[in-house]
Amino acid sequence: MSILLYVEHDGTDVNEATLKAATAASQLASYLDNAEIHALVAGQNSQAVAEQAAKISGVSRVIHVDNAAYAHPLAENLTQLTKGLMDNYSALVAAATTTAKNFMPCVAALLDVMQISEIIKVNSANGFERPIYAGNAIQTLESSDDKLIITVRTTAFKTATLDGSASITAQDSAVNTASSTFVSAQLSSSDRPELASAKIVISGGRGMGSGENFALIEKVADKLGAAIGASRAAVDAGYVPNDYQVGQTGKVVAPDLYIAVGISGAIQHLAGMKDSKIIVAINKDEDAPIFQVADYGLVEDLFTALPELEQKL
Amino acid sequence: MKILVPVKRVVDYNVKVRLKADGSGVDTANVKMSMNPFDEIAVEEALRIKEAGNAEEVIAVSIGVQQCQETLRTALAMGADRAILVKTDAAIEPLAVAKILAKITADVGADLVILGKQAIDDDSNQTGQMLAALLGRPQGTFASELNLADGKIAVTREVDGGLETLSLSLPAVVTADLRLNEPRYASLPNIMKAKRKPMEQLAAEDYGVDLTPRHNVILVSEPAAREAGVKVANVAELVAKLKSVGAI
Ligand SMILES: Cc1cc2nc3c(=O)[nH]c(=O)nc-3n(C[C@H](O)[C@H](O)[C@H](O)COP(=O)(O)OP(=O)(O)OC[C@H]3O[C@@H](n4cnc5c(N)ncnc54)[C@H](O)[C@@H]3O)c2cc1C
Repeated sequence: MSILLYVEHDGTDVNEATLKAATAASQLASYLDNAEIHALVAGQNSQAVAEQAAKISGVSRVIHVDNAAYAHPLAENLTQLTKGLMDNYSALVAAATTTAKNFMPCVAALLDVMQISEIIKVNSANGFERPIYAGNAIQTLESSDDKLIITVRTTAFKTATLDGSASITAQDSAVNTASSTFVSAQLSSSDRPELASAKIVISGGRGMGSGENFALIEKVADKLGAAIGASRAAVDAGYVPNDYQVGQTGKVVAPDLYIAVGISGAIQHLAGMKDSKIIVAINKDEDAPIFQVADYGLVEDLFTALPELEQKL
Repeated sequence: MKILVPVKRVVDYNVKVRLKADGSGVDTANVKMSMNPFDEIAVEEALRIKEAGNAEEVIAVSIGVQQCQETLRTALAMGADRAILVKTDAAIEPLAVAKILAKITADVGADLVILGKQAIDDDSNQTGQMLAALLGRPQGTFASELNLADGKIAVTREVDGGLETLSLSLPAVVTADLRLNEPRYASLPNIMKAKRKPMEQLAAEDYGVDLTPRHNVILVSEPAAREAGVKVANVAELVAKLKSVGAI
């Protein structure tokens, strides 16, 4: 049977995270007699997304459900929609974004199967690896369920190319449960690259001391074309918005270069960035645990180091 | 309104876990165990709703080994009214937990269930969502703010792009994110008082739920370790190094 890939989007573009999940789906398909991969695009006025999804390498068909019920990705509506489709599929795969984390377990429960959360490796038709304990252990498991509900840790898979040409099947299956309604969103807007997919990330921690001081980070980020992240402590203190949080319970990133500034390196933070290619730490405490994972450590006060860094770049 | 708060006993978040030599799992012998931090936030939120006059009773429930009693005592010491221990020595997965919780939610007549968004041991992030689906109730996951009014609950959620607010009709299921509140510490008198609060004990097997794991764990292994790096003397050296490896 085929694999269903949930396509996350903002109404215009396919989220890059989905392209990573597509790679995981392709790997799974290779263990399932090259099962077909169908991409599900649910949204309102989402034709452009469906057309983009049709180009995802490995996808043979796009199921496009365009309806006001999916204007916002409400868990209840997405659950009913996908659960209904799952009669025809043996696996449902999605990137582990907050949208997928929200509704995928619901689908699993209604199908009476476990979700396999945040896989980092596909070993066989039913075998996977996933991090547990904030990435301090890797669990290798085999599922005995007849259907697989899988979320994908995006940092562990390559981005699928956009050179395919799948057919698009429009389908109308509006389910509006109305038990939950969308009220409002306060989304951060920024001209910088997205944190989850940026090549360079510079993050600030409690050591930044205030939200204003993040300007020092911004200046360096501007020079490097970097995304900005933060530790939980910096978010909790209100220096930056919640979507900046990197870590076990925030975003997981693996850029080519990660610069941690005024961050001590708690395991919960490391969980979100230790797979970065090169890690730089700037901290005035030479014993800070962040230095144990840093390729280049600079023991210095960030208030002198950051301006100098900006100037030397 | 009654609020049910499921709480999980996990390895304390400050502990650096050690793996068993045979690859069968994490060594939990002689390791400090605590309430899952997200569940503490869930308990706190339930208590605040009760203290604001919007709920009559807060019931804590834990599913697991006998020692989960300690976790429940913590919830009682924080202010929960009573506790339910559903005992099992088996390793029990989120799906089975959600099924048992669905039955308990109905048994106690809870209009609101508040759970932690994820447990910091298996990092699955699925029990609350599964419970909502099994109960056919709306869900507000990763909540950073709750407001109850007119039989509805407004839930502000932490999402990848920022924040989002939903309105849920009650009964509902909510999962707590880090910034929902800062949990209180139990005072000594409250810890003493908690010892006399009711704790019911049931067996997981009594719920008629199949507890057989669906995931066969073959191996629990160490992640790839990072090689130790070097310290640089100053910013100039840092920039030179980064340039030499092509990182900037
Ligand atoms: C359930 C749970 C989930 C969590 N999830 C996450 C998560 O997802 N992400 C996350 O980041 N954390 C998470 N945490 C929190 C984590 O445990 C740490 O508390 C947090 O990461 C600490 O942030 P910090 O390093 O910025 O602050 P601190 O630990 O206070 O470190 C500040 C650092 O700044 C340095 N510093 C101070 N001033 C200067 C200066 N002038 N110049 C240079 N250096 C300076 C100090 O030496 C220190 O090392 C979680 C915790 C729990 C319990």
